[in-house]
Order: sequence, then structure tokens, then C-alpha cells
Amino acid sequence: MATKKMAIIATKGALDMAYPPLILASTAAALGWEVQIFFTFYGLQLLRKDLSGIAISPLANPAMPMPVPMPVIVQMLPGMEAMATSMMKAKMKKKGVASLTELRELCQEAEVKFIACQMTVDLFEFSKDDFIDGIEYGGAATFMKFAGETDVCLFI
Amino acid sequence: MNFDKEFDASGLACPLPIVKTKKSLVDMASGQVLKVVATDPGSVCDMAAFAEQTGHALLQQTEEGGKYVFFLKKA
Repeated sequence: MATKKMAIIATKGALDMAYPPLILASTAAALGWEVQIFFTFYGLQLLRKDLSGIAISPLANPAMPMPVPMPVIVQMLPGMEAMATSMMKAKMKKKGVASLTELRELCQEAEVKFIACQMTVDLFEFSKDDFIDGIEYGGAATFMKFAGETDVCLFI
Repeated sequence: MNFDKEFDASGLACPLPIVKTKKSLVDMASGQVLKVVATDPGSVCDMAAFAEQTGHALLQQTEEGGKYVFFLKKA
């Protein structure tokens, strides 16, 4: 049986959108797939050593379940994003959902290849020192080389 | 059923039961049996899909009082 392959483009850096690439990558790797994730634009935030800044906002996120209905004007108040983030993280922990750091470590242990988009690293003037070790830096052609051989290719 | 190793995935949510089952199998020998206990209802379908795609044999699966028990024979 030939090894299956999956390529993911991770473009989002909010808490809810950070999970799908890491969940799918760690699972595919556990199934014996060869996996690469190309992190670009806000997805680069998922490569930071410190992931504690990853947040979720109820603002402009009308499908997010809230304990109590909250008017948009209230969601805009200072501190609401921090509160929503800490509530979401607490709920995840209670329900046995892995932290982003744990999932990312599981991916790296399983040899999922992480590629940071060099163009957006330069665009946002990010320092490579802020990112974890063991990642590669490349561009669209690097991604396409692997993506062209994959069974599953996702844009998240 | 006899088993060689047990992994308790109770309280863990997707994808941890599968990812950690895979890790538990790493240091086992071919033919050995791993018992997995999970509480995630999604693990019922996931474990079958994991076995099918990796070639490990899902010998038995049972549910009792909200606990899902799987016996996997390493390929």
C-alpha cells in the first residue's frame, strides 16, 4: 500500500481556526500518512514558540455558542475577547480537548513537516527567533511540489 | 480477552484517542494485543477507521456504562 499524502495550507490564527489543521495533520500522521502544513498569513501565528496569544473573539462570529446571548455592542467592550478566550480554553480543557501546543508537539513527533511562508514572514516582519525549531521556510513553489503528489489537499 | 498492554484514553477528545493509540502501538511487537479504553463516542467510528487504514486488526469492541473498550492486534 503506497503511503498516502496530505497537504494543508493554514491561513488563520484564531483559536477556533487553529485546531483543524493540527487535528487533521496529527490524525493523518497517526494513520501513516505523509503530511505537510504550509503556514501563511495569520496561520504563521501557530508556529510561535508561545501560543498563549492565540485568541477567539465572539465579535463577527455569530455562530459561536455563548452561555448567554450577547449584543454586538457588548462584544466590542474591552476585555471581551480575553474573557471569551479564557472561557473557551477552560471548556476545552474540561472536555479533554488537547491544547494547541500539545497537538503541535504530536504533529512534530509524528514527523509532520511544517513550512513557514517566507513572503508573509517578511511581510509582517516576524523574527524567526519567535518560531519553533524544526520548520522550513519556503514559498508557493515549495508547497506545490508536494501538493501535486497528494491524495488530500486542504485550504484552511 | 488477553492483552499485552493497556491504554486508557478516558476523558480525551478527538484526535487524542487515535493519535495516542498509535503512539502506544509503536513499541509493541507484531501480533501483540493493545486494549484501549475511551469515553469519546466518536472513537467508535474512528477506531474502526484507524484499524482499516493501518492494517491493525480490531479484534473486539464493546461498550459498557459509557466506556468504549477496543482490542487491537498489531499488524
